[in-house]
Amino acid sequence: MILGLAKRWSVASYTLALLIVMPLVALILQSFLPDEAVFGHLMATVLPTYISNTLLLIFWVVIGALIFAIPAAWLVAKCRFPGRNIFQWALLLPLAMPAYVVAYVYTDLFDYAGPVQRTLRSLFSWQTPHDYYFPQVRSLGGAAIMLALVLFPYIYLLARTAFMEQSTSLGHAARVMGCSPWKSFWRLSLPMARPALAVGATLVAMETAADFATVSYFAVPTLTTAVYDTWFEYGSLTAAAKLSTIMLFVVFAMVGFERFARRKQQLFQKQSAPGELDYFCLNGAKAFAATGYCFILLALAFMLPFAILLQYAWGYFAESWNAKFFEYSFNSLWISLVVSLVCVCIGIVLMFVRRVSPHKADMLPSRLASTGYALPGTVLAIGILVPFTQLDFAINDLAYYFGLQEPGLILTGSSFILICAFCIRFAAIAIGSIENSYKRISPSLDMASVTLGLTPKSLLARVHIPLLRKGIFAGLLLVFIECMKELPAALLLRPIGFENLATYVFQFVSDEQLEHGALAAIVIVLVGLVPLIYLNHSLEQEK
Amino acid sequence: MRVITSLMMVGLLCSASVVSAAERLTVYSYRQAFLIDPILADFTKQTGIDVDVVFSKKGIAERMMREGRLSKADIVLTSDFYRLMELAEKDLVIPAKSDVLKQNIPQKYRSPDDMWYALTMRVRNVYSSKERLGKLDINYEDLADPKFAGKICTRSGKHPYNVSLVASMIAHHGEAEAKTWLEGLKSNLARKPQGNDRAQVKAVSEGLCDIAIGNSYYLGKMLQDPKQKPWADAVEINFPNQDNRGSHINVSGMALAKHTKNAEAAIQLMEFLSSDAAQQTYADVNMEYPVKADVKPSKLVASWGKFKADDLPIYKLAQYHGAAIKLLDEVKFDL
Repeated sequence: MILGLAKRWSVASYTLALLIVMPLVALILQSFLPDEAVFGHLMATVLPTYISNTLLLIFWVVIGALIFAIPAAWLVAKCRFPGRNIFQWALLLPLAMPAYVVAYVYTDLFDYAGPVQRTLRSLFSWQTPHDYYFPQVRSLGGAAIMLALVLFPYIYLLARTAFMEQSTSLGHAARVMGCSPWKSFWRLSLPMARPALAVGATLVAMETAADFATVSYFAVPTLTTAVYDTWFEYGSLTAAAKLSTIMLFVVFAMVGFERFARRKQQLFQKQSAPGELDYFCLNGAKAFAATGYCFILLALAFMLPFAILLQYAWGYFAESWNAKFFEYSFNSLWISLVVSLVCVCIGIVLMFVRRVSPHKADMLPSRLASTGYALPGTVLAIGILVPFTQLDFAINDLAYYFGLQEPGLILTGSSFILICAFCIRFAAIAIGSIENSYKRISPSLDMASVTLGLTPKSLLARVHIPLLRKGIFAGLLLVFIECMKELPAALLLRPIGFENLATYVFQFVSDEQLEHGALAAIVIVLVGLVPLIYLNHSLEQEK
Repeated sequence: MRVITSLMMVGLLCSASVVSAAERLTVYSYRQAFLIDPILADFTKQTGIDVDVVFSKKGIAERMMREGRLSKADIVLTSDFYRLMELAEKDLVIPAKSDVLKQNIPQKYRSPDDMWYALTMRVRNVYSSKERLGKLDINYEDLADPKFAGKICTRSGKHPYNVSLVASMIAHHGEAEAKTWLEGLKSNLARKPQGNDRAQVKAVSEGLCDIAIGNSYYLGKMLQDPKQKPWADAVEINFPNQDNRGSHINVSGMALAKHTKNAEAAIQLMEFLSSDAAQQTYADVNMEYPVKADVKPSKLVASWGKFKADDLPIYKLAQYHGAAIKLLDEVKFDL
C-alpha cells in the first residue's frame, strides 16, 4: 500500500475478478426463479440428509487430512530419518491420484466380494454377511478416508514449506529457553504454520465439497450429487441452483470462519541463511516409527492403488491402447497447460495489485476471484452455461444482423467454455499459493525498491516475481494437476465429441469396470507426477 | 492484462471447432458411444456420411434446450423410454416421417405422431442365486414380501431403469399401494442401493444377497467378460409376472432433433439403425431384444426362453414418471 498505481492495474484486476464472479451471480439470479415446488418437495424429504452428509464429510475429510499431513510434514521438514529424502517428494504423489480411482480400487479390495473379506471368511469359516461385522467401504466414513488419502498432500505441501521456512534462529531460541522438541512443535512450529495449514485445510474442504465422483460411486448423497440429480432427474435448473446456493453458503461460511479466526495474525521472519540447518536426528525406535508412519501413509494413498491400477492395465492393455486413448490424453494435457498458465497470470496480477495499490477498494478483486474455487464443478457448470449461452446467441444475432454467416455456438460449443470454467474454478489455487508466498516478503522490501526508483512494473518483474518463484511453481503445479483430474465440470461442459482422460476414466468407473480405463487412469497419475517431481526438485535446489 | 487477453484469444482460437464441409451428422447419445460405434462405422462405410457421437449420461435434453436453434444435434439416442417422451414434451424433436421406419418398427414401439422410435427392448429382470434360491416364479410385487428381508440388491432407485419400474407399479396399482410396495422393497434390501446392475449380480455371486434386480442384457454382457462370467454363472434369470400382466420392459430409442440442419441424412441414419443389419448387431453385440419383428435375438438371449411382456404401452408410463421420483424420495429409497 505504498505506491501510486496507474488506473489500468485496478481496471485489469476488477475486470478479471468480475469475469470470475459472473457465474456466481448468474447462479444466484437463477435461484430466485420459480421452480414448480421441486425445492419444497426436496426440503420436506431428502434435503436435510444431503446437507448433514455434506457437512459431516467435509469435517471428517479435513480432520483426516490434517492427521495424515501434519506429522508427515513436520517429520520431513525437521527431522532426519531413514527414507526421509524419498518421502519428502513421494508424499506428494497421492495428489496425482483421482479420488474416484482410489475409491474404486479400495472398494474392489474391501468390499464383501473383495479379497480381504474373502480371506477373512475362509480363515474363520464364516458363510454369510450376517456372521461377522465388517465396516462398509461404500459409506460416508469410507468416502471420507478415500478423499483424505488423496487430498492430504495439499496440507502436507504447504505445511512442509512452512515448517522448512521457519527460521532456525527461532527454533534455537525456543530450545535455549527450555522447550523440548515436542514442545517446540506445539508452541512454535505449529502456530507459525497456521496460515499454511489453514489454506491447506480450506483447499481440502472445498475439494471435498466439490467431489462428485467418489460420493456418487459410494452412493453417499451429498449436495453435489443432489444438484446433479435435481437438474437432470427433476429437470429443474432452478431447484438445482437453489441447492447450489445452499452449498455455496456452506463453503463461504467455512472460508469466512477460517479468515476470521486468524484475522489479527501477521507473521514475518527472516529467511534461514543457506547451510544454516537444524535437524532432529532420529534413531532407534523413533526413526523406525517415523519411517513406518510415512511409508504406511504413502503405501495406502499411492503405492497400493497404483500397483493395482497397473495390474488392471496389464490385463486389459490390448483393448485400451488405441488412437482414442492418445487423443484424450492430448486433450487433457493441452487444456491443463493453458489453464494453469492463465491461472498463474491471474494470480500474479491480482495479488500484485492487492499488495501495492494505495486504494482499499483494490483489495477486493483477489477476494472475489477466489470465490470461483468455492463453486463445485456441477454448480459452476450451471452458473457458466447461463451467461455463456446468452453471449453465444448475442454473437450469432449480431452476425445475422450484419449479414454474416452465423458462427454457431463458438463459446459453449467449444473447449473455450471448458477452459474458462477451469480457470474460474482453479484461479483461487494460484492466487492462494501466490498470496502465501507474498506474505513472506516483508513490505520493507517494497518500500526499499520504490525508494530506489523502481516502477510498479519493474517492482513486480525484478523483485516480486523472483521472490514468488516458489509460490508460482506451486500454483502452476496444483492447478495443472487439478485440471487433469477435474471431472464434473468437464462432464457437463465438454463440447460435442470431446473427451478427456477424466471423463473417459469415470465412464468406466461408473460402469464398474475400471479395468478397461486403467491405462488412461495411469496417464492421469503419471502426467500429474511429472510436475510434482519437477516442482520438488526446484524447491530442493533453492535451499 | 495484455498477456491474459492474448492468452484467452489463443485459447479461443485453439478451441474453436473446425467446421467441416463434408456431410456429417451429430448424434447426442444417452447410450455409451462404444455400444453403437460399430454400427455407425458401417453406416459411414455405406453412405460416406460421417457421424459424431456425443455421449452424456444425463442432461442431453437440458443441453438441447439451451442450445436452441444453434444446436448441432441431428439425432438423439436414449437408453430409456422416459428420455424419449421428455424430448417430445419439451419440444426438442420433430416427427421423422419415413415409411421405412414405420415398416421396420412395430406400432407399439413408436410414438403415434412419429416423434420417436424404439430401437431395442430390455426386460427388468429379477436375478436369483442358483445355489440358494434356484429358478423363481416371481412377481415384482413379491419383492416387498418380508420373506426376502435382507436378501435383495439393487442399484440407485433414481436410476431411470428403476424409476420406470416404479412408474409401472404406480400405473398398475396406484400411488398409495406403490408406496407401500416401495417401502417393503426398501426394508428387504441387503445394502444401500449402489453400483450398477452388474454389481448387483456380483453381490449375489458373492453371497451378499440372493436376489438382484437388473436388465436382461447385462447378463449376456457379463457372460462375455472373462472376469465377470463367474458372477453371471451364479444367477438364474427370471422373467417376473409371467402368470399375470407380464414383465416390465423398457426401450432404448431415437428421435429427430428439432433443429437438425440435415434431416434427410438424419432420417437415413435412423432408417439404418432400424435395418436388419443394425438390429442384428444390437441383438448380437449388446444382447438386447430387437424391436424389428423378423430379427432374432442372439442365441444366448434366445436360450433364456420366451416371455410375456407387460402390455401397457410404454408411453403411458411417462405420466407417472414424476410421481415415481417423488415417491423414491419420500421413502428415502437411496438413503
